[in-house]
Amino acid sequence: MPSAPSTTTRVLPSVSVQLRGASARVVLAGDWMLGTTGPQAADAVRAVQALPAGAIVSFDTRALGTWDSALIAFLLHLDDAARAQRLAIQPDGLPDGARRLLALATAVPERVEARRQAAARPMLDRFGASMLRVGSATGSFVEFVGETALALGRLVTGRAQVRRRDVGLALQQAGIDALPVVSLVNFLMGLILGFVGAAQLKRFGATIFVADLVGIGIVRDLAALMTAVVMSGRSGAAFAAALGTMQTNQEIDALEVAGIAPIDALVLPRVIALTIMTPLLTLYGEALGLTGGAVVSAGMFDVSFRQFLAQAREAVPLKFLTGGLVKALVYGALVALAGCWHGIRSGRSAEAVGRATTSAVVLSIVLIVSAAGLFAYVYDALNL
Amino acid sequence: MPSTSDPIAVRGLTMAFGERVVMHDLTFDVGRGDIFFVMGPSGSGKSILMRHLLGLLEPAAGEICYEGERFTGASPADRTRMLRRCGVTFQTGGLWSSLTLAENVAVTLEEYTDLGPAEVRELASLKLALVGLRGFEDYYPSEISGGMQKRAALARAIALDPAILFFDEPSSGLDPVSSRLLDRLIVELRDSLGATVVIVSHELDSILEIGTNSIFLDMESRTMAAQGSPRTLRTESASPAVRRFLNRGDDPREEAAR
Repeated sequence: MPSAPSTTTRVLPSVSVQLRGASARVVLAGDWMLGTTGPQAADAVRAVQALPAGAIVSFDTRALGTWDSALIAFLLHLDDAARAQRLAIQPDGLPDGARRLLALATAVPERVEARRQAAARPMLDRFGASMLRVGSATGSFVEFVGETALALGRLVTGRAQVRRRDVGLALQQAGIDALPVVSLVNFLMGLILGFVGAAQLKRFGATIFVADLVGIGIVRDLAALMTAVVMSGRSGAAFAAALGTMQTNQEIDALEVAGIAPIDALVLPRVIALTIMTPLLTLYGEALGLTGGAVVSAGMFDVSFRQFLAQAREAVPLKFLTGGLVKALVYGALVALAGCWHGIRSGRSAEAVGRATTSAVVLSIVLIVSAAGLFAYVYDALNL
Repeated sequence: MPSTSDPIAVRGLTMAFGERVVMHDLTFDVGRGDIFFVMGPSGSGKSILMRHLLGLLEPAAGEICYEGERFTGASPADRTRMLRRCGVTFQTGGLWSSLTLAENVAVTLEEYTDLGPAEVRELASLKLALVGLRGFEDYYPSEISGGMQKRAALARAIALDPAILFFDEPSSGLDPVSSRLLDRLIVELRDSLGATVVIVSHELDSILEIGTNSIFLDMESRTMAAQGSPRTLRTESASPAVRRFLNRGDDPREEAAR
């Protein structure tokens, strides 16, 4: 294309349409470079549109200087207008390169039916549609949970294959690698709870009861809740991203074709790993939460480390501990299921994998909080 | 610095990952208007060579020059300026999945030109029209077929009217008819844009049909075994590996001797 950067000054492009009876001559002059074309181009297209059907359109490019895509874009517009009016275009007068590019651009006729119509639907319509989607998604998630339960049944009866290595890897990633962040979150949780509690209790001269507060709060609810939230951000998101990318790479299709259920090979190891690991991490988190509470009581209030632990041991019966761990078990399973479900039904693009990951974390947290509420009610009813 | 002002000049290029040498002592020029094929068996380092030419990997030794200007060792700003003259289509298309086809083409236009939104949109439509995708401006890459993705990637590559076009396996995964059409499109764009084309491929049909110059990367010797027009190399090359490659495994000289 003769658009090589020239040092000579550019001549502004111009175009005029000369009418001669039933035919028209489009006279092009100057340098047609991007960013310099003016309103003349639109005028020329309108002039051509005004011609009667069957008229002949030819070109005069003797005064045309350098040109680039700007000229081709103009010619394409002109060509479209001419076609709509059934005019005959004679491209002979155009420079060789421009003629070829125009021919290339018009070689494949536009697929009119392909063009998108951006239809703005009324708000009520969209609201209804999104509610219907929530309904069908709920059904699909319940189905997924059921399928996973069936796969677990197959595993227990020895009819499903789960590779030990996969479970081991998931255990390591979801468990051991999560220790630092679980430690930090639970320790700080105990610290904050201890500080806020002791500051209030001190007014009644009951500072020692901070151990009851921290002990019961952490062991019954908070350690499990905080650990599960950390798990959803860490492992749930990772599961969704990993499975979503596998969907994009058609790895899941390959599994299905090979006769291996993706639920068995991909979902089960992750669900098992997280269901085992969340209670263990919670137990560890409880120890750190209590340490946090004890540190703040001993450091800022006159409750010694030993007093704190003795008081906490009195206050927390064993059933609180087991109750907390059962909650953690359920949270872990929910986080893994939400992550895997969103990963498996992810679309096949980078964008879709990102959406799947976000949705997985949101769903996990919604499920954890809902389950926590349900647990509170059930435990109370059962007097646990 | 080599005295040549060819679009691309490569001198003594050695590509290595740590201790493992992929190819050594590659020296070749790509002439203006060439359709230059980088040939070689799978795993010979063809795509790695392209990644070196684009500055995505650094040479272990040797240098690469564009239009007589040193690319290897140049500052990031100079590199960006040199690469602006290049358009690239990657093996898997590499279209940005979160953008529509028109937006994919428009990214470099918005980045490197002062054009307004309407002009950018018009140009993007033009580039898509050039590759036969009129009317698909508002589609996302995941909604169109593999062949259309390849062509859309080509439209993105020619957005800035590049002087050099790179293709990594342009016809892989295409049916023979589409792949032939893509070849013709490449030739047509070369002729009308006046561009130089570098293609990494082992598609024999394309190589023999449209190639004007080429190099062959040999796995055995870990360097280039031949340079020249593929049609000539097919019978004239001194290397049996090259002759066998260009004749689908049958060496014409051995056939003649038999």
